[in-house]
Amino acid sequence: MPIPAGSHEPDPDTGEHEMAAYFPVLLFLLVGLSFPIITLFIAWLVRPNRPNDVKSSVYECGIEPETPAWTRVSVRFYIIAVLFVIFDVETIFLFPWAVKYGVLGLFGFIEMSIFLLILVVGYIYAWRKGALQWA
Amino acid sequence: MKEQLIQYLAVPMLQIAAIIGVMLLCVMYLVLWERKLIAFMQVRMGPMRVGYHGLLQPIADVVKLLLKEDVVPKAADRWVHLISPIILMIPALACFAVIPFTGTSFEVGAFTIPLVNYDVPALTVTSWVADLNIGLLYFLAISSLGVYGLVLAGWSSNSKYSMLGSLRSAAQMISYEVPLGLSIVAILMLSGTASLVGIVEAQQEAGHWWLFWAPLGVPLLWPQFIGLFLYFVAAVAETNRAPFDLPEAETELVAGFHTEYSGMKFAFMFLAEYLNMILAALIVSVLFLGGWLPVTFGIPGLSELFGNFLPFLGGAGAAITGFFWLALKVFLVLTVYLWLRATFPRYRYDQLMSLGWKWLIPMGLAHVMVTALFMLLRG
Repeated sequence: MPIPAGSHEPDPDTGEHEMAAYFPVLLFLLVGLSFPIITLFIAWLVRPNRPNDVKSSVYECGIEPETPAWTRVSVRFYIIAVLFVIFDVETIFLFPWAVKYGVLGLFGFIEMSIFLLILVVGYIYAWRKGALQWA
Repeated sequence: MKEQLIQYLAVPMLQIAAIIGVMLLCVMYLVLWERKLIAFMQVRMGPMRVGYHGLLQPIADVVKLLLKEDVVPKAADRWVHLISPIILMIPALACFAVIPFTGTSFEVGAFTIPLVNYDVPALTVTSWVADLNIGLLYFLAISSLGVYGLVLAGWSSNSKYSMLGSLRSAAQMISYEVPLGLSIVAILMLSGTASLVGIVEAQQEAGHWWLFWAPLGVPLLWPQFIGLFLYFVAAVAETNRAPFDLPEAETELVAGFHTEYSGMKFAFMFLAEYLNMILAALIVSVLFLGGWLPVTFGIPGLSELFGNFLPFLGGAGAAITGFFWLALKVFLVLTVYLWLRATFPRYRYDQLMSLGWKWLIPMGLAHVMVTALFMLLRG
C-alpha cells in the first residue's frame, strides 16, 4: 500500500487526518516566512553599506521634507473600509450557500433572493447618501 | 512514525521546494517576457545585450538587486520597513499550497537512499501540496493578507509618496476584493465544492470548462463569461497592475508605496506582485478554463487525443501533459495581462472607485442570481 502524500482524504470511518491535511500548509507558511528572511540575510552579507545624510533623507523631489508624512488622511478611506466589511461579510456568507446550492434548490434560491434584496436596499441607500461617490 | 514523517514532512518539503523554485524561475522569465512583449508592441527591441535576445537578462537583474545597497531613510521606522516585504512575500508564496498543477499523481516505487541506506516505501505524490476542502476560501483569505504588507511599507517609509500610494492601494484592494469574491460564487454553485481539485474534477465530469457552461443549450449563451470578466478585472486591480496601477502611478507618485525601497527588499515587493499575477492566472485557469484538462476538452474525439502526449510513460505521461496544458493556459492569461498594460491608459482614482463599487458589485450580484436561476431552470 503506497503512502498517499498530498491527497489527505480523511478516513471515512474514523474521520482521522482531517487536521493533518493542514500541516503541509503550515509548512508552506513557514517556508514562505524563512525564504525572504534568509535571502535578506544573504543580501546583507554581500551588499555594500555606505550611508550618508543626503542618501538617507526622505525622497521629495530633491527638496528637504518640511513635515513628516504621518498625518491624518481623508475620511473617504474610512467609509470605503466600513463598506468593505459589510460587503465582504456578505460575500463570505454566499460561499457556504453556493457550495450547497445544488442540494437546496428552490428553497435556497428564494432565501438568498430575500437576503440579497435586503442587501441591495442598503446598497441603494449608501449610493443615494453619496458613500460610493469619490471626490 | 516513519511513514508519517515521509507523508507529512519529507514529501511536502520537496513539493514546496519544487514549487518555489519553479515559480521564482517563472517570475524571472515573466518579467523578461513582459519587457519583450511590450517592446514588440511599441516597435522596440527590448533587452538585447545580456545573452541571446536578452535571455540571460533576468539573471543579471537578480545579481544586481542582490548586490545593491539597502537605503533606509533616517526618518523611517526601520523595523516595519524591514518586515513589510516579508509580510508581502508570505501570502504570495503560501497561496500556492492549494493550487493543483496536474490531475494525475506520480507513482514513485520503493527505493533506498544510497550512503545512508534509508529505505523509502512506495509513494503516491500529487501535484498539489494540500487538497483542502476550503481551498478557494483559503486562497481568498491568504491572498488578501498581502494588503498589510503594502500599507506597512508605505507607512513605515515616512515619505508622502509612499503614504499616498499605500492608502490608495489599501482602498483599491479592499474595494476589488468584493467583486473578486462575488465572481467565483457561481463557480462554487456549479462545482458544489470549494476544493480546487474538486472544481477541475467537476468540470471533467460535466464534460466542458465552466466558461462554456450553456444552461439553456443556446449557442454562445455562456453566463460564466461575465464571471471570467469580473474575476479578471478584479484580479488586475488586486495585483495593482495597469490600467489600475494607481498605487505606483509613476507620473504622480514616483513609485508609490515602494518609493523608499531598494535592493533585495524592493526585489521582494516586485517578486510578490509577479507571484500574485501568476496566482491570479492559475486561479482563472483552474476555475474557468478547466485547469489541467486539455484545451480541446469537450470536443468529441479530440479531448482523448490530447489527454496524454507521452503514453509510453503511463501515469507520469498524463501528469506531464496536464502540466503542459495548465502552463499553456496560464501563459495565455498572463499575456493578456501584459497586453492590457500596453493598450490601456491608467484610470483616474475616482473612476477606479466608481468602476468597482457602482459597476462590478451590481454586476457580481446579478451574475450570482442569474446563475442560480439558470441552475434552477435546468433542475
